[in-house]
Amino acid sequence: MKKNPLRKYLREEKLPHMFCPGCGCGQVLNTFLQLVDELPIDLNSTVAIGGVGCTARIPVYIKTDVLHGVHGRTLAWATGIKLQKPQTRVVIFAGDGDAASIGGNHFIQAARRNLDVTMLVVNNLNFAMTGGQVSPLTPAAAVTMTTPYGSGEPPFDLCKIAEAAGATYVARASTIYQPHMKGLMKSALLHEGFAVLEILSQCPTHFGRYALNTGEPGKVLDWMRSISVMTDKTKNMDAEELEDKVILGEFVNKTRPIFKGSSVYRGEEQ
Amino acid sequence: MEASGKNERSRVLSGIHFMLGNYACVEGALAAGCDFFAGYPITPANEISERMSQRLPEVGGHFFQGEDELCSIYAISGASLAGAKAMTATASAGYNYMQEGIGYAVAVEAPIVIVDVQRCRGENFATQADVMQMRWGPSGDHEMIVLAPSSVQELFDYTIRAFNLAEQYRTPVIVMSETTIALMRERLVIPGASEIPIVTRKKTQASPEAYLPFKADVYGVPEFAELGEGYHSIYSLNPHDEKGNIDWDPDVFEGLYKRITGKVWENRNVISTTKLFNMEDADIALIAYGSEVRPCFDAMALARDRGIKVGVMKLEGVWPVPEEAIRDVAKNVRAVISVEMNIGKYAKVIERICGGLCKTARATINRGRIHLPQEILNVIEKVLS
Repeated sequence: MKKNPLRKYLREEKLPHMFCPGCGCGQVLNTFLQLVDELPIDLNSTVAIGGVGCTARIPVYIKTDVLHGVHGRTLAWATGIKLQKPQTRVVIFAGDGDAASIGGNHFIQAARRNLDVTMLVVNNLNFAMTGGQVSPLTPAAAVTMTTPYGSGEPPFDLCKIAEAAGATYVARASTIYQPHMKGLMKSALLHEGFAVLEILSQCPTHFGRYALNTGEPGKVLDWMRSISVMTDKTKNMDAEELEDKVILGEFVNKTRPIFKGSSVYRGEEQ
Repeated sequence: MEASGKNERSRVLSGIHFMLGNYACVEGALAAGCDFFAGYPITPANEISERMSQRLPEVGGHFFQGEDELCSIYAISGASLAGAKAMTATASAGYNYMQEGIGYAVAVEAPIVIVDVQRCRGENFATQADVMQMRWGPSGDHEMIVLAPSSVQELFDYTIRAFNLAEQYRTPVIVMSETTIALMRERLVIPGASEIPIVTRKKTQASPEAYLPFKADVYGVPEFAELGEGYHSIYSLNPHDEKGNIDWDPDVFEGLYKRITGKVWENRNVISTTKLFNMEDADIALIAYGSEVRPCFDAMALARDRGIKVGVMKLEGVWPVPEEAIRDVAKNVRAVISVEMNIGKYAKVIERICGGLCKTARATINRGRIHLPQEILNVIEKVLS
C-alpha cells in the first residue's frame, strides 16, 4: 500500500491521532506538513509549541522538538527559546481559548515586541477539549455548555487585536478553503517577526452540536461558508452586510525590528 | 553598580565588597554561569532584576522583563530547555503566580533557579511564612530543593549552589530569601573564578535516533539534549514515557513520578546540608534556618552566660527535609526548640522527626521582624522549668 509521503514527518507510534471525526485540526496539521515538505523548513532546528486544548495536541504528532501541556503560556516559552537561541524556528499551535483567553496578555505583549515566531490560532469557536464551553471567540448568543441560554458576551476579533498590538503579519484563513489557508500559512511561516494566522475551524462534536444543532461536519462547514467573506469581496459590501461575517484574507504584512531582549548591551556607547 | 573597578565586566567580581543582599544574589548567579534572567517587578526583589538588567548583557547573557510572573517563569523554562542556565526572582505574592510554571519545570526536568524574597502579605516586612508554599506550591507529586541563606555572603554562596543542584538533578531549585537579608548590606567575599565549583547538566552523546529524553535509572537524572538540535524531544507536563510521548499507562506514570521525586528525596543528605554549633555538650538545641539563625546565635550566647548548655543547628537546606541529621540532634539533647518567623510551620516537621526522642518547644512569631535573642532565651528558660 502506498504511504502518505507526509508520514515521514509524523511520530508514527502516536497514530492514530486523537482528533474527533470531522475535526479541523487534522487539516491544519496536514497543511503545515505540506509546507514543511515544500519550504526550507528544517524540523531539526524547529520547536513546535502547544499549550492545552485540542489544537495544542497538533505538535505532539510532529517529529520535532515539542513543548506541551500548560494552558496559555506558549508565547512565554517561545520568548525564552528565541532569546536564548534565535536561530530556532518556533511554530505555535494554539486554540482560541489558549491564545485569546488565558494567554491573551502574552498574545498582545508578544505582538507589541514583534517576537519572531509563527502563531497558528485554530479558532473552533469554543473550548473543545474540556467539552464545549464558551470562549472569547464564541459568537454572541451562541449556545455552549456554559451558555445554555446563549452567550451574553460579544466575541473578540483576534486579528484586529493582533494588528492593534503591533503584529507584523496578520491573516485569517479557514479550513473550508484549504488552498487559501495554505497560501496564508506559507506567508506566515516565511515572515520574519510576529506572524499570526487565525484559522476558522470546525468542531462538530461540541460547537456544532450545541451552537448549530448539528454534529455533522459537512453541515458545520456549510455554516462556516455562509458566514465567511474573502477580503476582496468586502469592498462592495456595506457595514450591515458585513455584520456577523468573518473576513478571510491577509490584513497586515510589514516589517519592523524583531525582539532581541529587554536590555541589549551597547558597551562603550553608554 | 558597586565600585568594582576594572573587573566591572567580568562574570566573577572577585574581591571584598560591602554589598546589598539582592546584589550578592545576582553576583552568585553570574559566578555560577547564569546567562538568562526573566522577572517581573516586585518589592523587595527589584534590585535583583535591576542589577541583572545591567550585568547580564555585559557578560553576553539575556535579561528579559516579562509582562507578568507567569511569562517570566515559562520564559526561563524555555531558555533552560534551549540550553541556558536560567533564573527568576520574585517575592511572596509573585511566587503565587509562578507555582504553575515551577510544576512544569519539575515535570519536564528543566533546571531553573527561583529566588523568592519572602515578605508579609504585600508589605516588605520580614517573614518566613512561605516555607511550606515553597515546598508544596505546584500541583502533583513532587519534591523541591529549597536552600535557606541567612546572610549576604550566603545569598552569594547558596545561589551558586542552587544553580549547581539544579543542573545536577535537573529540577527547579529555590533560594528562599527574606526581606531581612535581601535588603541588608554586609561584607561579601567573592573568591577567584577558579575556586568556584561549577556543575553543568550532562549532555547526551547518543545519536538523535537512539536518544530517549526521559530515560534514566530508577532515581536517576536523564541526559540532556538542547532544543533545536534534531533530537525531537517532547517536553510535556502530561504523564510521559521515556520518549516523552504522553502516556497514561499506570506503570509509566508511577515510574516517572517515583523517579522525579526519588532523585531528590534519595539524595536529601547531600542536598540539604546542616551545620552544628556548640552541639557537643548541648542540652538544648535551637533548630533554625534563614535569618532566624542569627538571633539564635545571640540567644545561645546569652544562655551559655547563664550556664545553660545551648547549641544551634542551622539548616542550610530546608527541603528535602534533612531527617537523619535532625534526628541525630534530637537523640543527644533534652529538648529541641524550633525557631522560625511564622505561626509555626517547619516546627511541625521538626516535631514529627523529634517526637519521642526529646522534648520539643517552639519560638515562633510572625510580627514582621526577626526574633529578639531575649525572646528565644525566654523559651529556653521555659523549657527548663
